[in-house]
Amino acid sequence: MSAYDAAATVTDPELPMLTIADLGVLRSVAEVDGRVEVAITPTYSGCPALATIRDDLVRRLAEEGYDDVRVRVELDPPWSSDRITDRGRAALAEHGISPPGPAPAGPVVLTLAPPRRVVRCPRCGAVADRTSEFGPSACTALYRCPECLEPFQHVKEI
Amino acid sequence: MSPTSNVDHGPYDGLDATDPAHWAFGTGFADPLDGIDPHVPDGVDRVALAALCLRLGDEALLLSHRLSEWCSRAPDLETDVALANVALDLLGQARLLLARAAVVEPGVVPELPAGSPVPAEDALAFFRDPPAWTGSRTAALANGDFGHTVVRLFLASTVRLVVLQRLTGHPDPVLAAVAAKGVKELTYHRDWSGRWVVTLARGTRESRRRTTAALGQLAPAWAELLDRDPAVRDDVEAVLDQLLDASDLERPDEGGELPDDLPDLLAEMQSVARAHPQGRW
Repeated sequence: MSAYDAAATVTDPELPMLTIADLGVLRSVAEVDGRVEVAITPTYSGCPALATIRDDLVRRLAEEGYDDVRVRVELDPPWSSDRITDRGRAALAEHGISPPGPAPAGPVVLTLAPPRRVVRCPRCGAVADRTSEFGPSACTALYRCPECLEPFQHVKEI
Repeated sequence: MSPTSNVDHGPYDGLDATDPAHWAFGTGFADPLDGIDPHVPDGVDRVALAALCLRLGDEALLLSHRLSEWCSRAPDLETDVALANVALDLLGQARLLLARAAVVEPGVVPELPAGSPVPAEDALAFFRDPPAWTGSRTAALANGDFGHTVVRLFLASTVRLVVLQRLTGHPDPVLAAVAAKGVKELTYHRDWSGRWVVTLARGTRESRRRTTAALGQLAPAWAELLDRDPAVRDDVEAVLDQLLDASDLERPDEGGELPDDLPDLLAEMQSVARAHPQGRW
């Protein structure tokens, strides 16, 4: 298995239905003189999953025989929810997590009204109510479906 | 632990201490800038760049600490989670900025005994005495009630957002990248706290009374933040006016002085690291 293919199977510890490739966190995998150099980027500045992803990459690549692995962080350009692939979005929805809409662009205006995004329940498709703009992981907001009453996470647009 | 140990460690016996993946988010913190080109572009004043990174990092760390003190005490679970999320974003920004300051100008890092395992970002966070800190009094201010917390967070994140927006074009590519990432996070912090200010100001008589009181108490905080970054005054005042308008609140009289709560904050935040200077985390 190529080093890229192996690295691309590592999953996000907080959204384990997503590989880091589908999440857009895996930036590049290069093999130089027998050494594998992997570049990853954090979703949010304080994302605690990054340390686990780093360890998982080293372990996964070792399983495929790559013993000399260096994982480095890349900050530029910053991660955006637009980087989640179509396959990643489908995997989120299938596991009850609402995928993000398009990331905001242009001037950063103050929004004092509730965010205007329309989120549908990943289970029954009803338009859901927002519970909180912050959820159990750095990249999600909390919603609740008024029809099937299920609470669920929505991946925030950034 | 040794496999020949006779002590029964219960479920911990199954752990392989040499495999870092056994510790969920627990140990072996890597340098947050690991693998990032440490080079500082020609023509950039290293001392000034380090001071700027330190100042932005200190501000983020102090406010992050105050917000984290709400953990398990917020009015409801969602608010608790939101405050912890904001604190975590700011902690992440602080780590990157303190680490960058240390790379750019190693002289800013306090000297620790030879053989100390403390990385530079931790030496800056946990082994600097109050006079060496460059954050605002506003960020270090002890928590008041929830109204006070959301007003302070709104003021601090409004200023920080504009400051970071302007730094996205900074000649230092690392600072510019941290700023660009921070802008996205700060937008959520500012708008979340602003919505709470409006909700409280337009809520019950009691919530309005407390929000008005918080705004008055924090008038010197507003003055302090703008004195620190006078270039952003027009942009941030326009945003504050929008908030006051939506909340039907008057602009408070300026004046007054903020207490210096930094020594108390550091006494608690630094106590564990200083008690175990040889500790590995």
